[in-house]
Amino acid sequence: MNVRPLLVSTVLALAVAGCVTGGRDRQVVVSAASSLADAFAAIEESFEETHPGVDVVLNLGASSGLREQILAGAPVDVYASADIANMEAVAAAGLVDEPAVFARNRLQIAVPPGNPGGVSGVADLARPELVVGLCDPAVPCGALARRLFDLVGLEPAVDTSEPNVRSLLTKIEEGEVDVGLVYVTDVQAAEGRVEGIDVGVEVTTDYSIAVLSGAPPAAEAFVETVLSDEGRAVLTRFGFDLP
Amino acid sequence: MRGSRRALRPPWPLAVAAVVGLALFVLPLAGLVLRVPWRDLAGLLTSEVTVDALRLSAVTSTAATVIATVLGVPVAWVLARVEFPGRSLVRGLVLLPLVLPPVVGGAALLFAFGRRGPFGEPLYRLTGLVLPFSVAGVVLAVTFVSMPFLIVTVEGALRSLDPRFEGAAASLGAGRWTVFRRVTLPMVGPSLLSGMVLTWARALGEFGATVTFAGNLAGRTQTLPLAVFVQLEADRDAALALSLVMVVISLVVLVALRDRWWKAP
Repeated sequence: MNVRPLLVSTVLALAVAGCVTGGRDRQVVVSAASSLADAFAAIEESFEETHPGVDVVLNLGASSGLREQILAGAPVDVYASADIANMEAVAAAGLVDEPAVFARNRLQIAVPPGNPGGVSGVADLARPELVVGLCDPAVPCGALARRLFDLVGLEPAVDTSEPNVRSLLTKIEEGEVDVGLVYVTDVQAAEGRVEGIDVGVEVTTDYSIAVLSGAPPAAEAFVETVLSDEGRAVLTRFGFDLP
Repeated sequence: MRGSRRALRPPWPLAVAAVVGLALFVLPLAGLVLRVPWRDLAGLLTSEVTVDALRLSAVTSTAATVIATVLGVPVAWVLARVEFPGRSLVRGLVLLPLVLPPVVGGAALLFAFGRRGPFGEPLYRLTGLVLPFSVAGVVLAVTFVSMPFLIVTVEGALRSLDPRFEGAAASLGAGRWTVFRRVTLPMVGPSLLSGMVLTWARALGEFGATVTFAGNLAGRTQTLPLAVFVQLEADRDAALALSLVMVVISLVVLVALRDRWWKAP
């Protein structure tokens, strides 16, 4: 019997496993809300410069989806959520302690360049002839949008509930969605490709960050960088408010 | 007798690998089934979101299968029977959705058939029809992803068909359309049916192209897979119940299909 293929595949499998586990202390996996994509990419860059040998890996997605990954045991070192509720769920499972609020965001109306739908305020999101997009209620930006509509007592004429804020933004940029509610930071990031209109109501969400239990020391250092003056400056530059 | 029985026992490396391979399919399903909230299942499966998603998925998958059959059989016939330059490239284009990430397909559909797309814009101007965020958009997305299954199956059947039957019919005076309708089509019938069932099952499971092109709205464009995706983060039990429905439907379809493959003449 020829055992060579078996041997080769076993060696390969061990080698792959070795890479995955061996690189663990040098790699910091940061699960961050999609809306943090640009700000955290900037923080990652400067962090990696000051911490040679440490590789920060950004795992971006809806905070709720990231929460589910973490609760299911994903090997994540830092969790940055676009709200408090998802962080509380992770904390309730005993996976983090002492989450810190590090940024604040608010919703803004986004329309394609030239505002083809003639949108001027929140009331326009109830116009049935417009293609209206929101985030799904299951993700923070969608939950925040519903809170806004509850506050102003308006029923939006929703055409799509996008799974995360960036997919909604893309559809607004493409002009497929006439009007949507995204974060003010997203409007700033997509400057020139979408136009922002203020909602005129104060509805904000607090972002919280925490190191997961069992994470390497570099994870702590990354969170400290986010909370530092330098991190705060980056967040401000990308349009976040500071708590 | 004893010799033939011995020959049926697989060599041990094969047996081990086969068991590991099977475990790869069975274990995730077991994980799902173990988590299904059986006690609340009836209530979860009759909720508005679930019923809407089930109905929409049934309608759009069936519509996609009908369109894929009407358009796909001619494509399969041309690929199997007509020699033309670039046929390999055309076949590659047709089969591309089989391997392309569906989200890429969805983005391509959005750029082409969106309200501002080169084809969507004239369509909107002439008819007022907007494909994204509509049921028609869902049908287009799932057809794009599932039609290759029909074409592959039917083209294969056409290629293995003995051309002498069609030749005989033609020599007896049947026109080309009559030959296709009365000889070719009945002979590839079982394969066509298999292709349709596969197409339907793939359409039912389609997610990426749908959410990218048609968006996500309960009752309008939220098919079963989209409902599962959204509910996973909002209501885990509902997501599990929906997942179970998808597994059961798909399994029934595939088992039935296998029986047909074996028993079909």
